[in-house]
Parts: sequence; C-alpha cells; structure tokens
Amino acid sequence: MASSCRRPEHSAPPDLFYNEAEAKKYSQNSRMIEIQTQMSERAVELLNLPEGQSCFLLDVGCGSGLSGDFLSEEGHLWVGVDISTAMLDVALDREVEGDLLLGDMGHGMPFRPGTFDGCISISALQWLCNADKKSHSPPKRLYTFFTTLYSSLSRGARAVFQLYPENSEQLELITTQAMRAGFSGGMVVDYPNSSKAKKFFLCLFAGVSGVLPRGLGSETSDKTVSNQVQYSGQRCRFKNMKGKSLKKGRDWIMEKKERRRRQGREVRADTKYTARQRRPHF
Amino acid sequence: MKLLTHNMLTSHVKGVMKGYPLLIKATEVKVNEVEFNPQFVSRMIPKLEWNALVQAAEELGHRQDLPGELVSDYEKDEEFLKKVHRALLEVEVIEGCLQCPESGREFPISRGIPNMLLNEDEV
Repeated sequence: MASSCRRPEHSAPPDLFYNEAEAKKYSQNSRMIEIQTQMSERAVELLNLPEGQSCFLLDVGCGSGLSGDFLSEEGHLWVGVDISTAMLDVALDREVEGDLLLGDMGHGMPFRPGTFDGCISISALQWLCNADKKSHSPPKRLYTFFTTLYSSLSRGARAVFQLYPENSEQLELITTQAMRAGFSGGMVVDYPNSSKAKKFFLCLFAGVSGVLPRGLGSETSDKTVSNQVQYSGQRCRFKNMKGKSLKKGRDWIMEKKERRRRQGREVRADTKYTARQRRPHF
Repeated sequence: MKLLTHNMLTSHVKGVMKGYPLLIKATEVKVNEVEFNPQFVSRMIPKLEWNALVQAAEELGHRQDLPGELVSDYEKDEEFLKKVHRALLEVEVIEGCLQCPESGREFPISRGIPNMLLNEDEV
C-alpha cells in the first residue's frame, strides 16, 4: 500500500483537493482515463445487472463522469453525486449524459427508498475515513452514508465500491459500518499477488444475500491459507546446481512466468521453445 | 436536473421527516432531446410518485397533456410513454432552486446541478 505522503486523502479534504488543476487531469491524462474506465468496467461486471435491460444507477463520487460514460455506453441511466465543484464542472464540459448532484456522501444520500437498481463508486469511499473537520466522525459518517444508501437501493440491488484502503483497520471500519446498515457481502480482491494491479472492490448486497464473486487472478491463492507459510521442498532444487546461474534454468523461467501470470500481466504462452538456448552464432 | 431525479430527491436536513416533494423555483428551463427507451420508462413508472411528477411539470410549464391519473395499462400505450419520457428525461432545470416543504431550506441549482450540501448544524 502506498505510503502516507502519497495518499491524496492526507493532503486536503476532497472538495479542496480536487481543484481545477486536479480535475483537468481527469479529462486530459489518458492513463488516468484508461484506469478509471477499466475499474468502472469491472465494477459494473460485479454489479451483475440483468442483461439487455437499461437500469437506473447511482454513481457516488462520479467526479468528471468517466465511470458514468461507461454506464451510458452500456445503456444505463445514472445520477452522479460528487463533492467537488471543479470535477463537476469538468463533467459538464464533457457533456455527460447522467444527472449530477453536488453533495457529501457523509451527509447521506438524499433519495427516496427503492430508487436505484444499483450503485457504483470508483475510488471514493476511502475519503470518508478521514475527519476533515472538527465535527466529522468517520464511523458516524460511514454509517449515515450506508444506511441512506441501503434505503435508496431497491431490494436485491448491489453496490460496488472500488477503494484504496490505507490499512486493515480502515477496511474493517468500512465493512463493519456497512454490515450495521444492513448490507451483506464483502471484499473482492482482484490480482491479490500483484502490488500494482491489485484492486479492492467492496461488494454489497441490499436485502438478499448473494454469492460473493471471485477476484480476478486469485485462483491459485485460494487454495492456500494466506497467513501461513506453506511447506515445500523447493529449496532442495538448488543444492545440485552448484556453479550454475540460478536464473537461467527452465525451472526458474517457468516459475517467473507463472508469477507474472498471477500478477495479471501479459505473459507469452509456454511452448517447447520456452527457455531454450539460441543456436550458436559465429 | 431532470424531473426523474427531482422525483427521487428528498430533503435530508436534520429533523425533517419526509421532506418530499421538493418545490421547484426555476428561472431557466431547457428541453434536451433524449433517445426514447419505452422499456426503461415503463420500468420506472411504478417507482415514480405520479402526483409529484405532474405537479413539477406543471410548475415548469411543461405539463402539456400529461394526465393527472396514471393510465392502467401503460406498457402498451406508446403515446402515453412518450409523454412521460418527455417530462421525465427531456425537461431539465438549469438555474433556480429547490425548496424543502418542511424546513423551507433552499438548495440552489446552478448549471443544472443542485447543491445538496448541508451546513454543519443541519447534519
């Protein structure tokens, strides 16, 4: 996880942090746009909406509407809530199709019960864990947010939050408040073996309990208990390799390829040519 | 702000029990063409508070011939769905304010975005 100086929540409250300069990045920086779109794509996949039906969705922390663009593309109608006026201005300039609201998640969602068929939120929830004013109490604000969200969702709807948790206490705080508000569900972690591609999705169900979807790239890690070292006889391999480079053998290359696959990176398929030496050149 | 959003919005000021429907005081209203999706409109109708929609459309002067009562088998009535579609998704409030019927608190709307932020003593 990123060190504290790199976390935007630590530098300023969201309404000040996302100023014109920061908001501009979200309409111009193609890398940021790509990541945001990818995450919204995955979040919508986790929402598990009925196919071929246009739904009415809520986007919490919609910002410049990048996630909303993806929703519109899929044929859904959406309402976006954000606290930063600069970001909403960018959204207006980009002429997003959804309706926008200026609001603070910690004040609760001002909607009638049963309004939305689902809710997504990309990189917004962690902002609630910070007390930016003297009157702010993160657990209380989280609770207000989750209870009002719960009532504004229709029964059987899901809410998917992509978030960057700072530490495990923060995650626990968020999940406890969500459960107190009546949600069921839990965390889905994509690519748990990679530090860069790892993504946390909090997947909540309103009203009904569903089966939690599995994270991408987590197939191999599921079998092992995460906090225990597994016994393996792997080290013995190296005993009879005295004098040879460790990093040139077929085993080492296969292992590296497997490791990279687990991290969700692009890896060439294994063939009979893998780790073979080239013919000698004179 | 579309009337669909208005139909779903409530006032969340501390102490307000219902806070619905919010009164619209519009100074600028625009009509934007939106693609007609009969399936979506008929799915939204059961969720709507019909009287609030008619009243809001009336206040903005865009009621046209929207009936005061909900038609019984609206799924097949395309003419009716088109009228509802127009009121719900095409009429937009650009400037003005929303007023909470209970507390009288006003939420300003600028460039089509209602400001639902609360002060510290209203949370």
